[in-house]
Amino acid sequence: MKALKIVVLAKQVPDTRNVGKDAMKADGTVNRAALPAIFNPEDLNALEQALRVKDQIPGTKVILLTMGPGRAAEVIREGLYRGADEGYLLTDRAFAGADTLATSYALACAIRKINDVDLIFAGRQAIDGDTAQVGPQVAEKMHLPQVTYVEEITEIKKGKITLKRRLERGVESVECPMPCVVTVNGSAPTCRPRNAKALMKYKHARTVTEQQDSSEDYITLYTERPYLAIPEWSVNDIESDLQQLGLTGSPTKVKKIENIVFQAKEARKIESNDEGIEDLMKELIENHTLG
Amino acid sequence: MNNIFVICETENGKISDVSLELLTKGRSLANELKCQLEALVIGDHLADIEKQLYPYGTDMVWVADDSRLVFYSTLPYTAIAVQLFKEQKPQIVLLGASSFGRDLGPRVSSALASGLTADCTSLEIGDHEDKRAGKQYTHLLYQIRPAFGGNIVATIINPDKRPQMATVREGVMKKAIHNENYKGKRTDLDVSKYVKDDDFVVKIIERHIESSKVNIKNASIIVAGGYGVGSKENFDLLAQLAETIGAEVGASRAAVDAGFAGHDRQIGQTGVTVRPKLYIACGISGQIQHIAGMQDSAMIISINNDPGAPINKIADYVITGDLTEVLPKMIKYYKKNTK
Repeated sequence: MKALKIVVLAKQVPDTRNVGKDAMKADGTVNRAALPAIFNPEDLNALEQALRVKDQIPGTKVILLTMGPGRAAEVIREGLYRGADEGYLLTDRAFAGADTLATSYALACAIRKINDVDLIFAGRQAIDGDTAQVGPQVAEKMHLPQVTYVEEITEIKKGKITLKRRLERGVESVECPMPCVVTVNGSAPTCRPRNAKALMKYKHARTVTEQQDSSEDYITLYTERPYLAIPEWSVNDIESDLQQLGLTGSPTKVKKIENIVFQAKEARKIESNDEGIEDLMKELIENHTLG
Repeated sequence: MNNIFVICETENGKISDVSLELLTKGRSLANELKCQLEALVIGDHLADIEKQLYPYGTDMVWVADDSRLVFYSTLPYTAIAVQLFKEQKPQIVLLGASSFGRDLGPRVSSALASGLTADCTSLEIGDHEDKRAGKQYTHLLYQIRPAFGGNIVATIINPDKRPQMATVREGVMKKAIHNENYKGKRTDLDVSKYVKDDDFVVKIIERHIESSKVNIKNASIIVAGGYGVGSKENFDLLAQLAETIGAEVGASRAAVDAGFAGHDRQIGQTGVTVRPKLYIACGISGQIQHIAGMQDSAMIISINNDPGAPINKIADYVITGDLTEVLPKMIKYYKKNTK
């Protein structure tokens, strides 16, 4: 079967399980620098699906694409360690402050530049926003069909892919012509771990900016082994309409950010012994909360 | 023109609850904005469907009824919604934040180059001043949603682009009949003018959708467990208590992620919002994203071995102890005192 070209959209996200007070900037956008950054969990599920296609169809190429600040190159390296073939970092101040629509537009432009892509995989949603919008919006921007909430690829044959979707109350199997966009659920198989060989091979993979910042003298390394250079694309490297990028291209604006404060109540303490529990149950029965 | 639209979801010929909840909210927004409330229903065999919608104060029901539309499919549904909205120019479009709305909403918003806010927990009308551009906006839709894993609440606006689009999860808005005898109008769309053959390239091969057996949203008593319950076996204790006192079992996101309970039992910002008369929280620490989905419970009992669990702050009764000891006692003394 013809080898495929697969793009996996990956996002570096703040670990929202540990959010401090300085997480937001005054303008209401996220202060990513103040938070530990991780590979968005469902994007790892998406990467695994892409790698499974590669296992099955020899010659298939898995290409990571991420948009973010310079340190998002970490996501590319992580993907390379786990079996991806190459990765691109889309980074420019012109992309900053983008909502899902402007993000999707930028990603779609980059995918067009990668060119001749058969499949685009992404996690269903990212844990910092939980919107699940970027996958479908990339699909729309590229005029491609989309299949969301995917748990499994059942078949790839004659230019078509068959996928199993996990919905609220059941499953659905759909057949979709390629190219298409597929978003993968967290219930899909977890991503394989780092591969020792790949880790050795890509340990020194760096973007140009990182190469310049690196105090060690690796310059010859990158001329000898070009696969260690992670391409960094700015707004000048993709064909795009500036009006549709970043804050300018974002129809939604953050008006206000508030911390959540819950009204504390004066709770009654109940002893966990027999007497305490029996009194509580009696009280709840008597005031008709129970029974 | 300039009205509020709800894209409705159907299940076996019935409009789903989340759509009716949105129509209820849409009615009150329409009253405030002095505009009309309209609904779009896409599917097959939709005779009389409008009768389910009028009582919620729907002024106009647009129907796309075609055998090819029997099951939701992204491309044809998008084509119909996008074309209709280009013609009707709504100011607001609301959808349920289900797998339907979360697949369709972003596609439609992208095609219209308008803004969409997911999983809103509150929708209000308000004004906005853009000082930098020196512009005043009135009667915008404030789309209020948690962000960052529920640690903050953001108010999102779409100052310039229309429609202003938002999705809302089931149970967040309250469903209420506006007027049993409310009269609206039905308009049937000529489907062939809205879809092309190319819109049907994605084929549904198989479908196994069960009607929901779990009904936590409407339960008057809920026994909910968190990660602190510790195991699937311990969750059986919750089920035993629930069965004894006539309650439903709910779970926090952490408990669902750990595999202790199914997704259909998840309570919180990313699950269902509930307002029972009694909420018994077992081994739930009380992450904001969970509390947001149950804080309106009339009475809350927290059972936790950590006296400092955040959920205790909003509880009416706090039992500090091991739930494997407390729950059997609750069952025992309930039975003893109801005989």
